[in-house]
Formats: sequence, C-alpha cells, structure tokens
Amino acid sequence: MIELNAQTIAFAILSALILGGALGVVTTRNLVHGALWLILSLLGVAGYFVLLSAPFLAAVQVLVYIGAIAILFVFAVMLTRSMTSLGEVRNRQWWLSAITVVLLFLLLAAGIIFPVWGRGAPGEVTTLSATVGGAAELGAALVAGDGFVLPFEVASILLTAAMIGAIVVARDDEEEAA
Amino acid sequence: MIPLWMYLLVAALLFCIGIYGVLARRNAVAILLSVELMLNAVNINLVAFWRYLAPQDMSGQAFAAFVFVVAAAEAAVGLAILLFIYRTKRSVVVEDVNLLRW
Repeated sequence: MIELNAQTIAFAILSALILGGALGVVTTRNLVHGALWLILSLLGVAGYFVLLSAPFLAAVQVLVYIGAIAILFVFAVMLTRSMTSLGEVRNRQWWLSAITVVLLFLLLAAGIIFPVWGRGAPGEVTTLSATVGGAAELGAALVAGDGFVLPFEVASILLTAAMIGAIVVARDDEEEAA
Repeated sequence: MIPLWMYLLVAALLFCIGIYGVLARRNAVAILLSVELMLNAVNINLVAFWRYLAPQDMSGQAFAAFVFVVAAAEAAVGLAILLFIYRTKRSVVVEDVNLLRW
C-alpha cells in the first residue's frame, strides 16, 4: 500500500521520535529529563515540517521552540527544584485520565480514518501539488491588507504584553525592597 | 507518498499523550510541558492540511506561526506564575495550590 522509500522511512523515524519523546515527557520523574524528551519530540515535529515542505516553519520550530521555550523550561525546573523527586509522579485519578484519553484517541482515530463529512478522506489526495508557497509567500500573506496584517499586529501586542507580564509576575518584590 | 491520515493519526496520538500528561501529572512544570505537546499536535495538523489540501493558500502556515507566538507567550507567563507560586508556597505540586478551591 505504502511504498518503502526515503520519505516513508524518514516519516517512520520522525514519528518514533515524536511519540517516544512525548511518552518520555509524561512519564519521567526527573523533569530535566522531561525537558530533554520534549526537545526530542519538538525535533521530530521540525522534521515533519521539512517533510511537509515548510522549511521556514521547521527553522522557527528549532529556533523558538527548542532554542527558547525548552530552555525556559529547563530554567524553570532548576529554579523550582522540580528535578528532585516530589513523591508520586501521577495523581490519584491517573487511571481515569488514562481511560478518558484512550477513548478520546479511539474517537479521533475513527474520525480520521472514516471521515463522515468534509474533504480529506483516505486516498482522496493522491498527488501532492508541486507548487508550494514558501517563506516569501508567507511573509507577504502576513503583511497583506486582505491577509493577516491585523492578527500579525495583535500577535506582536500579545508578545509585548506577555513579556511585560512575565517580568512583573516573576519579579521578587522583597529582594528589591531589601 | 505518505497519506494525510497518517500525519493526522500521529498528531491525534501526540495530542492524547499531552492530555494525559495535563490530567495525570502532579508537577505544574510537567503539566506545562504536556501543554506544549498538545500545541505541537495542533501545528502538525495545520501544516499537514495546508500541504495536502491548500498548498498555495498560506493560511495554514500563517496559523501555525500564530500558534508559535501564542505558545511562546503561554510558556513565558505560565512559568512566571509558577515561579511566583513556588516563592509563596515552596511547592509546584498543583494539589498544594488550593487557595481558591471551594
């Protein structure tokens, strides 16, 4: 059904990276390791973006997610001493969560493989279009008047607000007064 | 060619693992890590649908870029709140943070 070539092999390896990293994140006791598992998973997602011919997003994934967010998590783990064992990793209702999640996944999988409505049924898209918008088209769409210029500006305000908010919330008032 | 549903299936699995982490973990840092997994599952879906169904229209990639922005803001503010909670309660276990609990 699916021919074995470089693309499918890369897909299989990247899927293993993504899912293995995710399982590591939710099961590990030491959260420094958890952040490293997250980096593995994010790297797999960056590989997916390359497979899906979105190299700009892959670069942003590595720079922003791995370079900034994952490192921020490592800092947070160090500052809150979360790497020392905190007793139980899971709460008492974890089995209930596990059952819910398995049921949700079965529902999603049924919806993906047997779609009731809409496009995207398995085998409907048989050939990928060769012309793909790249980083230049994305940049043009982000600042076009009929494109995403308003969300783009709102996103910059959101980033500014988040940065100022993070500084204000995390600042140690007592240390400053002393 | 890899069919679209395989990307969607991996994304769904990643999303479900993330939900499990959010629901079952006790450490708040671990919960935020799991939220990042869920956001990544959303991004895989957005980019996969863009590539297979509308590769000339840049909406899919633009949405993924906005998810990056929101994820960065969420991580920064979330971790700042965590640091504040740690300073006041000396704990990042979510069950210990029950001041507003009825």
